[in-house]
Amino acid sequence: MEYFAKHYDIAVIGAGHAGIEAALAAARLGCSTAVFTINLDWVGNMPCNPSIGGTSKGHLVREIDALGGEMGIAADANLLQSRMLNLGKGPAVHSLRAQIDRKDYSRYMKHVLETQENLEIMQAEIIDLYREEKTWYLKTKLEALYSATCVILATGTFLSGRIYVGDVSYESGPDGMFPAKELGVAIRKLGLPMRRFKTGTPSRVNRRSLDFSKMEEQKGDSELVNFSFAAQNKIENKVSCYITYTNETTKKIILDNLDRSPMYSGKIEGKGPRYCPSIEDKIVRFSEKQRHQIFIEPCGLDTEEIYLQGLSSSLPEDVQADFIHSIPGLEHAQVMRTAYAIEYDCVDPLALKASLEFLDYEGLFGAGQFNGSSGYEEAAAQGLVAGINAAHKILGKEPFILDRAGSYIGTLIDDLVTKGCTDPYRMMTSRSEYRLILRQDNADARLTPTGHALGLISEERYLAFLQKQSLIEQERKRLENTSVPLSDEVNAILVSHETSPLKKGCKLIELMKRPSLNYKILAPVDPTRPELPKEVFEQVEISVKYEGYIQRQYAQIKEMRRLEKKLIPPETNYEAITGLRLEAAEKLTKIRPHNVGQASRISGVTPADVSVLLIHLAKSEN
Amino acid sequence: MKTIAAISTAPAVGGIGVIRISGDRATAVAQKVFQALSTKKTLEQMHGYTAAYGFVHAATGEKLDECVALVFKAPHSYTGEDVVELSCHGGLFLLKKVLEQVYAAGAEPAEAGEFTKRAFLNKKIDLTRAEAVASIISAQSDASATAALSAKEGVLFREIEAINASLIGLSAHLAAWTDYPEDDLEIPQESELKEKLVQAKARCEQLLATFDVTKIVTEGVDTAILGRTNVGKSSIMNLICGEQKSIVTDIEGTTRDVVETSVHFGNSVLKLSDTAGIRKSEDTIENIGIALSKKKAESAGLILAVFDSSKPLGEEDFALLETIKNKRAILIYNKSDLSAVWQPDILQEYGKEVIIFSAKHADGYHNLEKAVEQALGTADFNPYAPLLATERQKVCLSRALSCVDEALEALESGFTLDAVNVSIDSAVNALLELTGERATEAITQEIFKNFCVGK
Repeated sequence: MEYFAKHYDIAVIGAGHAGIEAALAAARLGCSTAVFTINLDWVGNMPCNPSIGGTSKGHLVREIDALGGEMGIAADANLLQSRMLNLGKGPAVHSLRAQIDRKDYSRYMKHVLETQENLEIMQAEIIDLYREEKTWYLKTKLEALYSATCVILATGTFLSGRIYVGDVSYESGPDGMFPAKELGVAIRKLGLPMRRFKTGTPSRVNRRSLDFSKMEEQKGDSELVNFSFAAQNKIENKVSCYITYTNETTKKIILDNLDRSPMYSGKIEGKGPRYCPSIEDKIVRFSEKQRHQIFIEPCGLDTEEIYLQGLSSSLPEDVQADFIHSIPGLEHAQVMRTAYAIEYDCVDPLALKASLEFLDYEGLFGAGQFNGSSGYEEAAAQGLVAGINAAHKILGKEPFILDRAGSYIGTLIDDLVTKGCTDPYRMMTSRSEYRLILRQDNADARLTPTGHALGLISEERYLAFLQKQSLIEQERKRLENTSVPLSDEVNAILVSHETSPLKKGCKLIELMKRPSLNYKILAPVDPTRPELPKEVFEQVEISVKYEGYIQRQYAQIKEMRRLEKKLIPPETNYEAITGLRLEAAEKLTKIRPHNVGQASRISGVTPADVSVLLIHLAKSEN
Repeated sequence: MKTIAAISTAPAVGGIGVIRISGDRATAVAQKVFQALSTKKTLEQMHGYTAAYGFVHAATGEKLDECVALVFKAPHSYTGEDVVELSCHGGLFLLKKVLEQVYAAGAEPAEAGEFTKRAFLNKKIDLTRAEAVASIISAQSDASATAALSAKEGVLFREIEAINASLIGLSAHLAAWTDYPEDDLEIPQESELKEKLVQAKARCEQLLATFDVTKIVTEGVDTAILGRTNVGKSSIMNLICGEQKSIVTDIEGTTRDVVETSVHFGNSVLKLSDTAGIRKSEDTIENIGIALSKKKAESAGLILAVFDSSKPLGEEDFALLETIKNKRAILIYNKSDLSAVWQPDILQEYGKEVIIFSAKHADGYHNLEKAVEQALGTADFNPYAPLLATERQKVCLSRALSCVDEALEALESGFTLDAVNVSIDSAVNALLELTGERATEAITQEIFKNFCVGK
């Protein structure tokens, strides 16, 4: 029989990467918070890659950390190997990527949640969700009724999940967990615009059955960088990854069995991510490619399970085994878990505001894969923002909105709620027009003051941050004021690095501006250099070298924020605005942008429509 | 909205003149001034896209002119409203008289560009097309009308899109290589990057160069006829104006008080903007001095410098040659009908086109026409080639060009490719601004279309 259990300020459904950050932020901001999960043993699970970070995702993790989120600290604490990707391609695209011990990570995160003030975490499947008066009600499978002022949906791939392997398909969550089937029905009943997406994961094999001598070893970096700016955990490389390649035989096996793929036979209706193609997708779409790269990644220190990145598939189990065995080093691989595709319910993110609250459902928020994104980091980023905004709602504060110019998190959310997505959304550096400013190395400078103002960054950490900033400023001043006199020594250095020699003395900063020079090279002519942390030198060097570009981007940002500041009243009736083209009026009515900047980014809204909108706003202001 | 009317053809002497009436009451207003002979139907009863032959009359019943009335029904008209176009035969004077009757019948004068504005507000045209239309409206010669039309038809956009496609391709390659460092993608080669950027730069520059020509053809060029007293300036002036039967307009600028006379000459429009001044100076001979020539030479886009071959060259002549040294100028060796006291080779040393001319006999007129076309760069003007019809397009293209320059500069000075890539993206964004798309989307799509990336 149904019974009333308890009321919370905020209830979070799902304890994956989005749910964790949402719940922690809400509780840390003082709201009574509950997290419901189908399986307490898999809090913060990584059902796909045992890794965190990567291009632009590494940026997200550092931003989450700079704002006071948990992911960066937890990743550092459970790290197996770390590399800075894209070195040599420029600081804007440097990205941290780390292999993570997934079981340890899950245990760690569960404990963080368990020990958080104001937070209660419990294993319970929510089977119904509805709103009465101004309160949301959540019913569990065991018939407990909870109530909450705000609810955050972070259901990941559990919502009406269905797994496909060849001809076989069944209702399931990821990694053999129950799907959230009844909740899927309840959410559709609420009237949210739902749709089906799909994603997939490759096989896991036993390490002892692999022949590493036929593969290339991939070690971690010799100098490691923490995800967390607080750098409270010492990190070191504990494992190696390996690389191998598919070949003509692999290709033939897959092509011969394509008719047995549920994707190609049309059984799966869900839209899969473009950037995360299955091996059969890659072989069909890029048939001219001779080989595809496979990364061999360990899942943890106390397990022999190995993840085969690049071999995601929904072909039948026997075909999977065949093509795996065609790959050098994997000839005798013993498959421990079969690759599968999973289809799940998610919402059209255009129904969300930039605060991640639904436009038409007060107090209801969405985060993570539920919002149509993909990836642990994208999920965590949205969870953090949804958690902060739910708390702000409870506390009667203004919505917390990050803009595109200030962070990848803001870019991600703006893309989702403004442009929507037709396949699971993955962050990429190329999605940010301001990426020379939105670097992973300066996420703290960009966001820690905000995190502190929000109340998620401790005083101690904030003071350390301020100190770092002042060291950066001092060092920059020193470069501006330090003279390098003309000498044979300095010109010898310049010439040996293929840059023009000096004709007269100059300031140190002038030399630092040259692309081919850096702190290390200039050391012999910089005798007064103080001892400083390497992050400080890094910040100064980047800011000096890329100054022209950075200034230009700031100018663009200033221009962009001009429109961002023109707020649009939520009750605006676009259909009544003369001159707005029908398509634009429809889109604007659907998306209800919070400012003209957001409106201008909606596809189908032309500069002419923006002018008309501005004229209308100007008119209604008078 | 109120019903508006205006003369919608260029107010030229001769030819057909059209009065356009637009608004809810367009047919009702037109009916009051028009009597059909070809049909018994009233204009209100007629279907859209039909015409009636008849005459326009004053309120008194006095017949003013023969007329064909064309009826358009909303939304199938230029403005998206009910429209009647009255095509009359008579000249400007008669046309204005008909217009007065139309106003008396209840229409209000249209403000400058109001038809286009209504078309724009009624979603008949977008901003880019509106600009092309605006160009048509102000076009002063056949060639420019064709150029404006082809902008609307997308000749320009095809060229811009072609430039853009190559930049998007470059950016997508860089972005895929950056965002998927672990996929074995081809490493972008700096030499290839540079080559493609240089190509894009050249195409942008070529397109931009057409802008000046377009402007000369559509808007005309300020032209000054300079020279010592009595060298024949006013004769040449009269020849240019008089020989041309179509003195195009005496437009009273809406924002300016200056009255300018524009004349067709060659395939261009010359704005003899200070005609009165020149003539006046001619009367008061003593007033013409070097200082005045200098001032005129500075502001003019084209200078016709006139020299008298029947009198020895003087100090003022050489001063004039010095003044116009770096200007677009044609040197006229005038009075070739009289016996010459010096030879044209003296002028030829100045590196400018020299025309042997006799204003009296109009000798050299055709050569002067050709020389003007050459000097203005309109000689090879191809109205079908991509042309930049508006300032906005020019601005976007210039911005794209400077971004491409930036990218090249970054590449050459050894900057990392992230900086190069951002500059290319900015160029793409500048060009996409014309169609309202965004670079990030275009590039993302390109990545997934052309590169095998992802786990």
